[in-house]
Amino acid sequence: MTEPLSRDDVAHVAKLARLRLTEDELVRYTEQLGKILVHAQDLSSLDLHGVAPTAHPFGLVNVVRPDEVRASLDPAPVLAQAPDVEDGRFAVPRIVGEAP
Amino acid sequence: MKSALEIAAAVRGGQSALVAVEESLTAIRARNEELNVFLYVDEDGARAAAARIDEQVRRGEDPGLLAGVPIALKDNLCTTGIPTTCSSKILEGWKPPYNATVVDRLVAQGAISMGKTNLDEFAMGSSTENSAFGPTRNPLDPARVPGGSSGGSAAAVASNMTPVSLGSDTGGSIRQPAALCGLVGVKPTYGLVSRYGLIAFASSLDQIGPFAQSVSDAALLLEVIAGHDPLDSTSLPEPTPSLLAHVADGVAGKRIGLVRELVDGADEDVVRAVNKAVETLKDAGATIVELSIPELHLGLSAYYLIAPAEASSNLARFDGVRFGNRVDGEDVTAMMEATRTAGFGAEVKRRIMLGTYALSAGYFDAYYGQALKVRTRMIEAFATAYQQVDMIIGATTPSVAFEFGSKTNDPMAMYLNDVFTIPTNLAGEAAISVPFGTGEANLPIGVQLLGPGRSEARLFAAARVLEIADGRA
Amino acid sequence: MMLPNGWEMVVGLEVHTELKTKTKLFCGCANEFGSAPNSQVCPICLGLPGSMPVLNERAVELAMAIGFALNCTIQDSTFHRKNYFYPDMPKDYQVSQYDLPINARGYLDLPDGSRVSIERAHMEEDTGKTTHLGTSGRIHGADRSLVDYNRSGVPLVEIVSGPDIRNPQQARDYVAELRSILVAIGASDGRMEEGSLRVDANVSVHKPDTPFGTRCEIKNLNSLRSLTRAIEYEALRQIDVLEDGGSIRQETRHWDEDRGETSTLRVKEEAEDYRYFREPDLVDLAPDQAWKDRVLAGLPKLPAQRRRDLEALLTNPTDAQRDGVTTVVDLDLDLYVEGVAQAHGDVALAVARAANELAAANEKLANLSVANFVTTVAMEQSGQLSATQAKTVLGELLEKGGDPASVAKAKGFEQLSTDSLSATVGELITANPDEWQRFKDGDDKLAQFFIGLVMKATKGQANGKAVIAELQSRR
Repeated sequence: MTEPLSRDDVAHVAKLARLRLTEDELVRYTEQLGKILVHAQDLSSLDLHGVAPTAHPFGLVNVVRPDEVRASLDPAPVLAQAPDVEDGRFAVPRIVGEAP
Repeated sequence: MKSALEIAAAVRGGQSALVAVEESLTAIRARNEELNVFLYVDEDGARAAAARIDEQVRRGEDPGLLAGVPIALKDNLCTTGIPTTCSSKILEGWKPPYNATVVDRLVAQGAISMGKTNLDEFAMGSSTENSAFGPTRNPLDPARVPGGSSGGSAAAVASNMTPVSLGSDTGGSIRQPAALCGLVGVKPTYGLVSRYGLIAFASSLDQIGPFAQSVSDAALLLEVIAGHDPLDSTSLPEPTPSLLAHVADGVAGKRIGLVRELVDGADEDVVRAVNKAVETLKDAGATIVELSIPELHLGLSAYYLIAPAEASSNLARFDGVRFGNRVDGEDVTAMMEATRTAGFGAEVKRRIMLGTYALSAGYFDAYYGQALKVRTRMIEAFATAYQQVDMIIGATTPSVAFEFGSKTNDPMAMYLNDVFTIPTNLAGEAAISVPFGTGEANLPIGVQLLGPGRSEARLFAAARVLEIADGRA
Repeated sequence: MMLPNGWEMVVGLEVHTELKTKTKLFCGCANEFGSAPNSQVCPICLGLPGSMPVLNERAVELAMAIGFALNCTIQDSTFHRKNYFYPDMPKDYQVSQYDLPINARGYLDLPDGSRVSIERAHMEEDTGKTTHLGTSGRIHGADRSLVDYNRSGVPLVEIVSGPDIRNPQQARDYVAELRSILVAIGASDGRMEEGSLRVDANVSVHKPDTPFGTRCEIKNLNSLRSLTRAIEYEALRQIDVLEDGGSIRQETRHWDEDRGETSTLRVKEEAEDYRYFREPDLVDLAPDQAWKDRVLAGLPKLPAQRRRDLEALLTNPTDAQRDGVTTVVDLDLDLYVEGVAQAHGDVALAVARAANELAAANEKLANLSVANFVTTVAMEQSGQLSATQAKTVLGELLEKGGDPASVAKAKGFEQLSTDSLSATVGELITANPDEWQRFKDGDDKLAQFFIGLVMKATKGQANGKAVIAELQSRR
C-alpha cells in the first residue's frame, strides 16, 4: 500500500488548521496520521456506489424558529472575557489579506 | 452515599438538602487531590442552592424530581459564570455567559451542581490521560485509568463524591468509563437530549447522558434532561419519554441478539461476563438470537474520519479573538497559530489535522465522503438486525481498566478501545453499559445493551435484570 | 459603450442582499443597522463554544419569495460549512448553502427586453464588521483591527447570475431591476451605500464566437455608478493587457472609486481550501407544496408587471413618461396614479406629478392621501390651478397635510373670475397695441408674451390655458 500522506501533506494541513509544527512533530504526526489513514483506506476499497451518505442519523427537516427578537447579551461581561478589547470592540493584530 | 432517588425523596420529605451536599463535599475533600476528579468545586454555589431548595420545601413548593441531589458535570457543559475548560489550556479561565440546556433542566428539577469534572481535552480520548490538567485516576484502582473521555464524571460517582453525574458520548465516552468504573452509563438516542451548551466535539455523534450507581438513578436522570429543545435543531420533536416507570418491565418475551462482532477480540474475562449475562437474560424469559453484523467492523475507520472532520471545524473558533487565551503574534494569522499551537494538546492537534486532511480538496470523496456512506450501511445493517430482535447485547470494552501510560504512545491501540461503542454513535441509536461481574484484578466489567433509536425504556428494563442478577440491588 | 477592435465583454454578477427580517439568520438577536458595537450579540452569533444555530423561518420565506420572483426552481436544500479563518467570522466557518441551494435556475427579464439567467439564489450568514486602525483606514497599513459582531449572522441571500451581461448599462439595469424586485417583495431595503445590497462583478473579455476569456472578480462596488465605471475600466484594462500580448490571471480585484481603477486583492493560486461539508448542527430544508404556496400567495405584483399596468393607462407613452412610470413603481407611488385613473383623470399629468413632486418628498407621503392627490390633479387639469400652483399645493400637502381646496384658498390661489381675467387681458391689449396687432396678424408666438404679462399682473394666479382662450376669443 502507498504511503497515505506525506510530510508536505501534514505541513499543508497544519497551515490550513492554523497549527505550527516543529520538525520533530512533523515527523511524528506524519507517521501517526499515516497509521490511522491506513485503516481508513479499508473504506476506500469498498464498493459503495449508489449508497447515499448519511450526515444525520434521523431525517428531521424544516426545523425553524419564528422571527422573534430575543434579548442579546450584555456586552460588558462578554467583552471582559475577550483577550483584547478597544472601544467596545474585539481587538486583533494587523490583518494580512482580505476575507474571501 | 444514598441514591439520587433516595436523596430526592428525603429532601422532598423535609430533610435539609445540605445533608447530601455536605456529604458530597466531604467525599470530594477526601479524595479529589488523589484522583483529580473535579477541576472546579462550586462549594458556595452548592450550599446556596441547597438553602434555596430548603426554602422551597418550607414554602410548600416541590423542588422537583432531583430535589437536593448533588451532581457532577463534565467540564464541556457550559455553566453560567462557572469556569468551563474542556480540560484545555486554550479555555482556561473562561466563564460562559450561559447555561447548557441540560444544566437549566437539572436546576429546574432541584439538582445541585457540585462542580465540573475532568475529561480528555475536548472529549478526545479513552483514558482521561489527555487532560491539560493532569489525568484522573480510577477510584477502584488508582494505578489505572477511569476510561474516557468522561473519566472525571465516572470517577465522581465511583468514588461516591456524587450519586450521579453527566458525561458526553461521541464514540463511547460515557459507556467505556462506566464499564471501567463499575457504573451504569447511557448513550441516549441522538437528539433525545439537547446538545445546546455542550462544547461540540463531533456534532453529528455527540450526546449527553447519565452516569449512576443504579439503573433507576440513570433512568431518572435521563428523564429529567431528555426532551425537545427549541435551541437544538437536531433535537427530536417528541416530549420527554417515560423511563423510570419501565425499569421493572423485565425482558420476558423479548428477543435479544448476541452479536459476534461486539464480543470478538475482547479479553476472556469480558467474553465470559457477556455469556453469563446472556444466560441471565434467557433465564428471565428472553429469547437469544446469535447474529453477525459484519458492517460493524467498518465503524472504527469511519468514526476516525467523521469525528475528526467535524472536530476540525468545531474547534476552529478557538482562535484567540473573542474568548479564551491568546498568544500574541505580529499579525492576526500568526496570533491565531501561536494561540492554537500553545493552547491545544497533542491528541487534539492530531485529530484536527486528521479531520482537516479528510475534508481537504482531493481527499474528501475518498475519506469523508466514503465514511458517510459507511454510516448509511451501518444504519441499514442495524435496521435489518432490529427486524429480528428487540435489542442487542455485547461487550462495552475489550478489557477491564488498563494501567496509565499503557496505550498513550500508540493512538491506534487507544482508539481500539472504542471498537464496540462506536457503531451506536454512527447509527445515532441508544446503548447502555451496565456493570456485570468482575474480571482481571477484581475490576468491573461492563456489558453493553444496544437498541434502535428511542428504545431507552426497553434497554433500562434489560439492564435492571442484569443489575439484580449481579447482586447490585 | 463600444469596446475597441471588436472585443466583447462578458459579465456575471453576484448580488448579496441582507434580508429584512427582525432577527438574525440563526439566533434571536435583532437585525438592525447602526446600534452600539457588540450590543446585538449572543452566544450563537458570537460563535461561543457550545452554541447552536436555529434557522429563522421568515428568512427562509423571504429566500423563497426571491426564488419565485426570479423564476427559480425552489428545491430541497442543505446547509454547509465553508471553513476559513478570519477574525470577522466568529466560528471561523461560514454557514452557507453549497451544492443544494434553495433556489436554482431562474431568470430576470430587463426593461430593455433582454433576459439574464440566474444560476442560483442561496442563503448564508453575514460576517461581523472590521474597523482598521492606522493611517489609511483600509486594511493595508493598519496595525490593528477592531471587530463588531452586530452584523454577524445577519441573513443574506446571494443571487448569482449567469455570464449573460454584455455591457455596463445592462449590468446597471440588472441590478436596478433586481433591487426594485427585492424592495417590492419586502426582502431588502435595497440600500447599496449602507451595504445591505452588495455587488461583485465577474468580468472577462473575448472576441465574439470564441471561448470566454479568463475572468476577474471585482469587489467593493457600492453604487450603480461604481458598478458601471468598474466594469468599463476592467474590460478596457483586460483588453490592454491582451493586446500587449499578455494574459489575464484569474484574480479578485478591488475597485477604488476615487482613483477610478481596479487593483489586485488576491490571486486565485492563493485561494483557500474551504473544506465544505454539511453543517451537522442544522437539518435539511424541504419545504412542502403548502409552504411554497403560502409564500407564493403572499407575493405582491412585481415591478415589471406594475410598470406594464401603469403604461397601459397612458396612450402612446413617451420615453419621458416611461421613465416617470419607472420612478413611480420604484418609489411605490402606484396607488396615486391608479387613483387618478379610477377617477378618469389625466394619467399623464398624474405620472408627472408623482414622479417629480411626490418623488422629491417620498418620506412625507403619509401626509398626502390618494384622494387629495386625485383632487389636486383634477384641479390642475380643469384649469382651476395653474401648474405652478398645483405643485405648490402638493408641496404644502406633503409638508403639513390638509385638503387641497383649503390649501389653495389659504395660498390665495383662488381662480381669477372670468370677468376679472377678461378685464386684465383687455387692459394689457390696450397698453401693447403693436404686439396685439402682430398677434392678430397670425404671429402665435406673441401669445406667450401676453401670458407672461397676465401672469405678472395676477401674480401667477391666472391659468395659462384660460389666458389663451381669452386671447383667441378676442383675435
